[in-house]
Amino acid sequence: MKTANPFGQNIRPVGEVWVWVSGVGLAIGLFMIGFLLAVILWNGLNFFWPKRVALIELDPVGRTEFRDQKLVAGVIMARLALTPENLSPGNADLIDLAIEDPDYMREMQVYTGNRDVFANRNFAFLNMGDIVGITYPDDMLVLERTEWGNAIVRPQELRLGDGMIIAADDPSFSRQLRTLVNEVRERRATITRIERSQIGRLNARMSRERLEVRYLDSLEDPTPAQQAERASRVERIDEIESLIRPLMEQSALLRGMQREHSLAFTLIDGTERVQPLGDVINFYFPNKKGLFQRIGWFLFKIWEFITDYPREANTEGGIFPALFGTFVMTVLMSLAVTPFGVLAAVYLREYAKQGPLVSAVRISINNLAGVPSIVFGVFGLGFFIHEVGAVIDMVFYPRMVAINTPVFGTGGILWASLTLALMTVPVVIVATEEALAAVPRGVREGSLACGASKWQTIQRLVLPASSPGILTGLILAMARGAGEVAPLLLVGVMALAPSLPVDGMFPFVHLDRKFMHLGFHIYIVALQSPDTEATKPLVFASTLMLILLVIVLNLGAIMIRNHLRRKLTSSAF
Amino acid sequence: MSNPFQQSLFKPKAAGAEASSSQPDFIRILDYNFYYGEAQVLFDLNLDIPHQEVTAFIGPSGCGKSTLLRNLNRMNDLIDGIRHEGDITIDGHSIYDPYLEVISLRKRIGMVFQKSNPFPKSIYENIVYSLRVAGRSKKSELDETVERSLKSAALWEEVKDRLQESAFGLSGGQMQRLCIARAIANRPEILLMDEPCSALDPIATGKIEELIHQLKEEFTIVIVTHNMQQAARVSDRTAFFYLGKLIEYGETEQVFMNPTNKQTEAYVSGRFG
Ligand SMILES: Nc1ncnc2c1ncn2[C@@H]1O[C@H](COP(=O)(O)OP(=O)(O)OP(=O)(O)O)[C@@H](O)[C@H]1O
Ligand SMILES: [Mg+2]
Repeated sequence: MKTANPFGQNIRPVGEVWVWVSGVGLAIGLFMIGFLLAVILWNGLNFFWPKRVALIELDPVGRTEFRDQKLVAGVIMARLALTPENLSPGNADLIDLAIEDPDYMREMQVYTGNRDVFANRNFAFLNMGDIVGITYPDDMLVLERTEWGNAIVRPQELRLGDGMIIAADDPSFSRQLRTLVNEVRERRATITRIERSQIGRLNARMSRERLEVRYLDSLEDPTPAQQAERASRVERIDEIESLIRPLMEQSALLRGMQREHSLAFTLIDGTERVQPLGDVINFYFPNKKGLFQRIGWFLFKIWEFITDYPREANTEGGIFPALFGTFVMTVLMSLAVTPFGVLAAVYLREYAKQGPLVSAVRISINNLAGVPSIVFGVFGLGFFIHEVGAVIDMVFYPRMVAINTPVFGTGGILWASLTLALMTVPVVIVATEEALAAVPRGVREGSLACGASKWQTIQRLVLPASSPGILTGLILAMARGAGEVAPLLLVGVMALAPSLPVDGMFPFVHLDRKFMHLGFHIYIVALQSPDTEATKPLVFASTLMLILLVIVLNLGAIMIRNHLRRKLTSSAF
Repeated sequence: MSNPFQQSLFKPKAAGAEASSSQPDFIRILDYNFYYGEAQVLFDLNLDIPHQEVTAFIGPSGCGKSTLLRNLNRMNDLIDGIRHEGDITIDGHSIYDPYLEVISLRKRIGMVFQKSNPFPKSIYENIVYSLRVAGRSKKSELDETVERSLKSAALWEEVKDRLQESAFGLSGGQMQRLCIARAIANRPEILLMDEPCSALDPIATGKIEELIHQLKEEFTIVIVTHNMQQAARVSDRTAFFYLGKLIEYGETEQVFMNPTNKQTEAYVSGRFG
């Protein structure tokens, strides 16, 4: 009767249920991460994709209109459902209308551009029940402009400086426009070069001289030497001014040339407008593009976004300074956190006598990792800026202190990096300690038996052997530091910094400068811009770039780590 | 033996003193007690280890052979809570002398561990490690050391074409011979070997025993082994330990053929252990 199972009746492995439960836990975690990345990737990339421009005709007797028009051109962004609760009282009858045609309870969000004409609004919301027809005419033109964002228009004619006119239906129109737009783009680049680097460099020198003069002026009774110095500095200012003047003239001349040609177009309601080409950055016919052209345009927009400076209070243009600032700050932070964290861990693990005190220190370090980041920001402000920075200023820039223009006594990229280094140092310490502990005792004893001192053992064997583990800690630290915003607010981040922290001007790395940061940029664009609805896509695109930057930095560190691992395990070290 | 690199911390040898067995008390262990925390593991040891001979420590597992060996170069200093009584002298000089630097002591004593422990470095760098930490980095000297040490450890032929490869690519037996080569690279005076053959096959074991025979010319060797035949083959003197006490010590032949103690007799004949 009994089956011959020597191990008892229950042959199902014990604990199998828990395998499934833990598996489900993992699946949920993975799903959430995947979902998050997918949302950001989709929305971020969508920003760059050239979308078709629809011409939407509204019911002439319907209630919906846009700027007294029954015709709206723009990119269809979304179709939103209306709910009875949020209908305005005047629209209550939509509920009845919707019984026959459910479209009355839906709204279409259309990106219309032309902020200059439409009272700074970028979007139209159209009741879908009123929409009679949607077409995609080939002659719709999108202009990207230096001001007022994009324009969506129908081109009329090109008016060249010499009086020549090229009509929009001329077969060479598009080609001519492209040539001219390229021409103004190059000239714009020249102007930027003159203004940003040449004049900027002279201006930097001049403002330094001005500050010195201001200091000398602030003296109660200057000595003859100081008076002489003032005179020579004023002379130098004049000199610099005389250098700047021709550059200014040159750029003014170029700016004048930018207005030479212009483009005439009509808005959808038929109003005619003329746009100087100097303000046009780029143009495209969205409804004429084929798939490959779209892909090309898409890639070009991504590149432009990464390499361009922002425009119009960060609501347009690229993110280069923010990306670069984040990169420089993260690298500086890594340079600070690694030696600091590694030395601390070496002391804790190798030299300190293990006991309750060291355990307490270790627990404190672990807890430091859990302190809210803003606390570090406050510390950075109170210690680095107000104490260390003030002392540096007192010692090296006494004159700047005298006229109340702190150099290091105010936020800057150095203090931001150090603050973040402090915030992430526990991660490095913990990882390094683990890596040190993993070095076999036999190797240490072998080294000591060879007559090596303790430090020689650490330096020649233990640290190289634990370098992959140390780098793992650094990777975690970078991932945390690169995305942190709150503490930076207090220690030197800026929405729009006038210059990069690293540039061609001596001494090339300007540790005292304020800087832009992608995380802060996202925050500013998402919450502080005039039309947050319009900048939403920009937020996603910037977030995508922040994630990519972190990934790139991590990949770099991972590659170094793998290289070290290979060296340690297989070939010569 | 003349060794140009040795500015010996030990007493300079008397002029004309012949090396072999001229110093029967080269290493002296005097009334030695040793404790790990509260636990005493060595009891009242007294023994003299002669110069340039092979001395074998035998005894059942856990009787304290490794502990004693590791005290000879003060390797146990690393362990917290250790304590000793009595003294150990090498060439008349106490190794616990507060003015003695442990590092310079260890530079004179090579050690091969019970578990082979190559460094995560190339074969070449493993061998020259003791020279590098001593601040010597002349290429020709390093090259010469590598070749000499590897030849002495009977490993040269097998690895001479892959000196720059990682030591982790070697077999277990090769690693152990590498550790021996590393231990003798800086020409120490004393070589401590803790079961150097426990992980080796008979052929490699034979090579190492042969090596010990050769090294005897140059070094004073102390070897711990569980292999009675090996002890009988390679050593000149044998010390039998039991539960931290020295039970019998004498010429190997005498200890094996004619032990004075019953426990020794039982152990060497394989009736206990
Ligand atoms: N680090 C340590 N801390 C505390 N006790 C130790 C330590 N190392 C060894 N012992 C103890 O000291 C005693 C002697 O150990 P030892 O390693 O010297 O034995 P052994 O004779 O070498 O044994 P085997 O032949 O197994 O290697 C053992 O009881 C062991 O448990
Ligand atoms: Mg042992």
